[in-house]
Amino acid sequence: MSGTIEVKPAPAVPVLKQVGTPARIRRPSRWTEARRSFRRHWQLYLLIVVPLAYFVIFKYVPISNAVIAFKDYSPIKGPWGSDWVGFKNFELFFQNPVFWTLVKNTFLLAAYTVLASFPIPIILAIALNEIRTGFFKKTVQLVTYAPYFISTVVVVSMTILVLSPRIGFVDDAIGLFGIPAVDFLGDPNYFRHIYVWSDVWQTTGYSAVIYLAALAGIDPALHESAKIDGASRIKRILHVDLPGIMPTAVIILVLGVGNIMSIGFEKAFLFQNPLNLAQSEIIATYVYKTGLLNADFSMATAVGLFNSVINLFLLLGVNFAAKRITGSGLWS
Amino acid sequence: MTKEHVSTIAETRTDRIFLAGVKVMLTIALIAVLVPLVYVVANSFSSAGAVSAGQVFLWPVEPSLRAYQEALSDPQILRGYYNSLVYAIGGTLISVTLTIAIAYPLSRKTFFGRNVIMSLLLFTMLFSGGLIPTYLVVQDLGMLNTRWAMVIPSAIGVWQVIIARTFFRHTIPDDLYEAAVLDGASDLRFLWSIVLPLSKPVIAVIALMYAIFQWNTYFDALVYLKDPGLYPLQIVLRNILILNSTTGAAADVAATLERQQLANVLKYALIVISSLPVLIIYPFIARHFTKGVMVGAVKG
Repeated sequence: MSGTIEVKPAPAVPVLKQVGTPARIRRPSRWTEARRSFRRHWQLYLLIVVPLAYFVIFKYVPISNAVIAFKDYSPIKGPWGSDWVGFKNFELFFQNPVFWTLVKNTFLLAAYTVLASFPIPIILAIALNEIRTGFFKKTVQLVTYAPYFISTVVVVSMTILVLSPRIGFVDDAIGLFGIPAVDFLGDPNYFRHIYVWSDVWQTTGYSAVIYLAALAGIDPALHESAKIDGASRIKRILHVDLPGIMPTAVIILVLGVGNIMSIGFEKAFLFQNPLNLAQSEIIATYVYKTGLLNADFSMATAVGLFNSVINLFLLLGVNFAAKRITGSGLWS
Repeated sequence: MTKEHVSTIAETRTDRIFLAGVKVMLTIALIAVLVPLVYVVANSFSSAGAVSAGQVFLWPVEPSLRAYQEALSDPQILRGYYNSLVYAIGGTLISVTLTIAIAYPLSRKTFFGRNVIMSLLLFTMLFSGGLIPTYLVVQDLGMLNTRWAMVIPSAIGVWQVIIARTFFRHTIPDDLYEAAVLDGASDLRFLWSIVLPLSKPVIAVIALMYAIFQWNTYFDALVYLKDPGLYPLQIVLRNILILNSTTGAAADVAATLERQQLANVLKYALIVISSLPVLIIYPFIARHFTKGVMVGAVKG
């Protein structure tokens, strides 16, 4: 909705008089406004053609291609020409014994990730905010931020190397406490911990930056008056800082919970090995294997679609709840 | 004494203890992040034997540059490095151009339909067709197994469009446009000669975001590329580091053990070599990066 329609008193351009009924001449209709904008700013419309085509071709055509979830896809007939099979692919997937394992693995992995990677950056940001600007603060910030720029492949390999029983130092470290060497990557029970804590290692510094900015935006007068009233540092954190970063935290949490089912393919796939598959197979990796390795396009699309739809509803639901409870959400 | 008592009302004992606790905590965080990084670097400069025996912790043992020589003379790795550079530079150019081409018109109040288009973009953040339907599009366009598959399907990020649009909206005043029009400038002329020079900071930010993303991602390559000659560095790294595919054939049985040991130290050297370009420039761009993220967050 362009709220600007009524603002301009519509300069009496000759164009207006030629168009349509004289009774509506006062205020240009949306259509006239569009035509005038086209004529005057045609270059802008020309400019936007290519990027717009990108979105249509690479985002909206795939959405229409997703009909093959309801079809028996044949490469010769194409997505729209293939034969309809209704919900057959979905039924097959729901009856498949892997279904619940996949849903459970995906959900637990994502929920654990959100639980760990939501509070820790907030703690880091508040801690950084407490100390005075100087060399130490800058160093901590710069170093904790750095892993964000390392690629997933490298983070996963580092984790594997560090945890490997022979070369890595983790086994030496726990050996000091008399704990025997553990094959972390061969045991499915360690998969989630490894995934989540390597994620925390990589993203905490980056995520903290957003909260640091929110903390910097808090009116210093609030802190001053709290100090005068004799509030301790802990009290000020609880009653000034935390409420101050609340809206930001809500948005981050909504995004995190809302995207719970779309947890990344890249990292889970890299950590996978035949030994830990029982817990590391998630929906995204299953889609990749079914679709591209087994070439079952329709089934893979059905599984992916199931995931996207759940994800969309989760996001909308969480956003709605957050708005009700705290008054701030994504589209506040 | 004088400095202190202007700003603070005497810190209480609890406050001082608390602050000390905070500092201890931050030091622990610092060490936790730093140790794996230093560990990798130390190993990469050690001898193959020491690495395989697990003797290296934070300082190189029997210092050696052998792993680096080996890595930098491996054609597969060099090829990957070259490909990644091509994708990062080419992809960034395409991405930045397209992002500006859509973000600028959307930032103009006189652009009819901007809200509809913006909603169309935002919707793609919430819902996507999925892996296979996108794959079919790339296939139909004949891009499979070509360099185009690396730079086109992920060319525009909605997040970057939001960042650029917000920047244009808040830093280019309407008066400026009107003045330019009076001087006879067209929309494109205004964009090229006035908006772009004024927007250097935001262009730098989104360019860096795209470049780092291109350098670090492997997903598109995994899905769309089959020809090893086109593989970006990350796929090569995955093959060597995670799938343990050895580079080059082992010459004879006697050399096998040595090769195996070398494979371990080679991994550390590869990690350093591949992450170095990004980690070197990162301290200089971190601040701008943060700013870019913030600008985007304003709109949300």
